[in-house]
Amino acid sequence: MRIIFKTDYMQDIRPWKDGYQLSLYLILLAVMIAAPWWLDMFYLGELTNVLVWAIAGLGLMILTGHTGQASLGHAAFLAIGCYANVILLEAGVPFLLAFPLAGILTGVIGATIAIPALRLHGIYLAIFTLALSILMDDIIVLAEPITGGVAGKFISGVDIFGLTIDRWGTPTYFYWLVLVVTVLVTLGYINLLRAPLGRSFIAVRDSEVSAQAMGVDIARTKTISFGISCAVTGWAGALMGLYAGAFNNETFSVVISIQLLMMIVIGGLGSIHGAFFGAIVIGFLPQFLSISKEYVGALFGGDTVAIPGLEFGVFGMILIAFILFEPMGIYGRWLKIRTFFELFPFYRKDMFKRQKSYLKTERLR
Amino acid sequence: MDNIQLLISGLANGCVYGLIALGFVLIYKATEAVNFAQGDFMMLGAFVTIGLTNTEYMGLPFWLALPISLGLMAGLGYLLDRLIIRRMFGESQTSVVILTIALGFVIRFVAGLIWGHEPQTLQNPLAGKEVRFGGLVLGMEDVAVIVVTLLLTWALYVFFSKTKLGLAMQGASQNQLAAYYMGIPVKRVQGFIWALAGAVAAVAGILFAAKGSVDPNTGLMGIKAFAAAVIGGFGSLPGALAGGLIVGVIEPFASRYIAAGYSQVAPYALLLAVLIFRPHGLFSQVRVKKV
Repeated sequence: MRIIFKTDYMQDIRPWKDGYQLSLYLILLAVMIAAPWWLDMFYLGELTNVLVWAIAGLGLMILTGHTGQASLGHAAFLAIGCYANVILLEAGVPFLLAFPLAGILTGVIGATIAIPALRLHGIYLAIFTLALSILMDDIIVLAEPITGGVAGKFISGVDIFGLTIDRWGTPTYFYWLVLVVTVLVTLGYINLLRAPLGRSFIAVRDSEVSAQAMGVDIARTKTISFGISCAVTGWAGALMGLYAGAFNNETFSVVISIQLLMMIVIGGLGSIHGAFFGAIVIGFLPQFLSISKEYVGALFGGDTVAIPGLEFGVFGMILIAFILFEPMGIYGRWLKIRTFFELFPFYRKDMFKRQKSYLKTERLR
Repeated sequence: MDNIQLLISGLANGCVYGLIALGFVLIYKATEAVNFAQGDFMMLGAFVTIGLTNTEYMGLPFWLALPISLGLMAGLGYLLDRLIIRRMFGESQTSVVILTIALGFVIRFVAGLIWGHEPQTLQNPLAGKEVRFGGLVLGMEDVAVIVVTLLLTWALYVFFSKTKLGLAMQGASQNQLAAYYMGIPVKRVQGFIWALAGAVAAVAGILFAAKGSVDPNTGLMGIKAFAAAVIGGFGSLPGALAGGLIVGVIEPFASRYIAAGYSQVAPYALLLAVLIFRPHGLFSQVRVKKV
C-alpha cells in the first residue's frame, strides 16, 4: 500500500500523484511509441483505429462524462471535422495548418449549436443532438458542391515537411501521427480538469443549481464545454477520414453517435481512462467476434457461421451487463480491483457504494 | 381532392407514430424513464403477430392471434421491467436511456435471428379492402389505424386522469419516495406500466405490419416517433398523438411540395424548431425547476 506524503500545496494540483505513477505512464508511452516494432502491420492498423476512437471518446467524455450533457449526435461533429480537414487540404492548405483549423472550426460550430441547446436538459438534449446527427446525413447530401454528396470524397495521404503520411503506404508514420494527437489531447484534457474551467464543468454536472449558487455561469460553461468537446471530436473525425481514405454521407451515421456514447459508458463515464478502455472494446470486438466465430465453426466441423447483426447484438448485451452490474464501467471495475489489492485485507464491499436518489419529477401538472 | 387523400394517408401514418409515442409517454409518465427501445418493441410485436398468423409460420386465425400477441408483448414488457429496469431504481435518467438503446440493439438482433432480415407483411382480414367516401378511396387498414389509435388514446387518457391506478402511477412518477409512503406499491405499478407499454407497442406493430411491411430495422422508426413525442411534449398523452399526427402529415406534404432531398429533413427540422422555441414541447408540463 502506497501512502502519498504531501509536503507541498502544488502536489494537490499536479497532474500525477507521485513519481511511481508518473513513471508507469512514461513506460506506457514508451511502449506505445515502440509499437511498430513489436506489432505486425495488421494489428498496428487496428491499434491506430483504437486510438482514433479514443480521441473521439475523449471529446464526448468532456461533454457527457464531465459536464453531464448526454449527446447522441457526436457523429455529426466527426463528419464536420473530417470534411473540413479534407476540404482545406484540397484547397492547398498544408496539413499542419488544416488539421488544427478543422478542429477549431468544428468547435466553433459546436459552440454555436450549443446556444439554442442550453435550455434543454437530459433526454431533450439527447433527442436534440440525435436529430442533429440525422440531419447531418441529409445536409452532406444537399451540400453536394462542397462535400461531394453521395459519391463522397477521397483522400490518400498528407505531407508534413516533405514526409508522406499515408494509412496504407506508410502506416507507421500514420500511427505516430495519431499517437502524437492522442497524447496532446490527453495532456490537454488532464490540464483542463485541474483548471478552474474543468472544475466548473464538474460542478455543472453534479448540480446545476449549486454550481450557479457558487458563481459558475452555467450558460457560458456549457457553451465552452460543447465547443471544446466538438473541437476534439472534430480532430478525431479528421483522423478517421484519413484512416478510412474514402467517406460519404453514410460514414458518420446516427449509429456511430450511439456507438460513441455507449463506448464511453462501457469504459467508465467521467474518467479519461474510460475513453481508452471503451475504445479498446469497440476497436477489438469485431476482430474478437470473427475469430471466435471461426473457432466455434471449427469446433462443430463446419464453416464459419454467418450471423448478420451479431456485432451489435453482442455489443448491446455487453452494455446491458455493464449498466446493471458495473455502472462505473471498466475503469470503475479496475479501481475496485486496485483498491482491493492496495488495502488488502481491509477492502469492504460497500466502499464504492453511491447514494441512491429517488425520483422527483420536473413536471408539475 | 389530392390534398385530402394525402392528409388521410398522412394521418394514418401519423397514428402509428402516435401509438409508438404513446408507449414512450406511458413509461415516461409513470416512471420518468425514457424507453428508446419502444420502436423495437413495436417491431417485435409485429413479428410475433406475423409468426402467429402468417401461413408460412403457425397459421392461427387472425382474431385468435391478436390477443395472444398482445398478451405475449405485455408479458415481455413486464419481464423486462422485472429483470432489468427494476435494478435501475435510483440511477440517473441518462443511464436508463443508454440501457434501453442497448436493449433495442439486442431485440433487433434476436428478431433478425428468428424471423430473418427480409421485409414481411402481416396477412390480415382487412388487407385489400377499401372504403369509398365521397370521391375519396381509403384503405380499410388506414381507417382501422385511425379509429384504433383514437380509441386507445382516449382510453389511456381516461385511465390516467380518472382511475385510482392511473393516479397512483402519476404519483409514483412525481415523487417515488412520497408515493411509497402513501401506500402506492411503486414497483408493482412500474411493472404494470411496462406491461401496458408492451401491449400498446404490439397494437402499433400489428397496425403497422397490416399497412406495410416490417423488417428488424423497422424499429429505427422509433426515432421518428420519439420526435413526435417530443414535439407533443413528453408526459402528455394527447400531446403524443398530436405530435405523431403532425409528423405524419408533414411527411407526405413535404415530399410533394418541397424539392426532393429537403423533404425528409422536414420532421427533424420541425423537431429542432420546437425544441429551440418551446424546449419542453407544444403541450409542455414543465415549469422552472426550483431548489
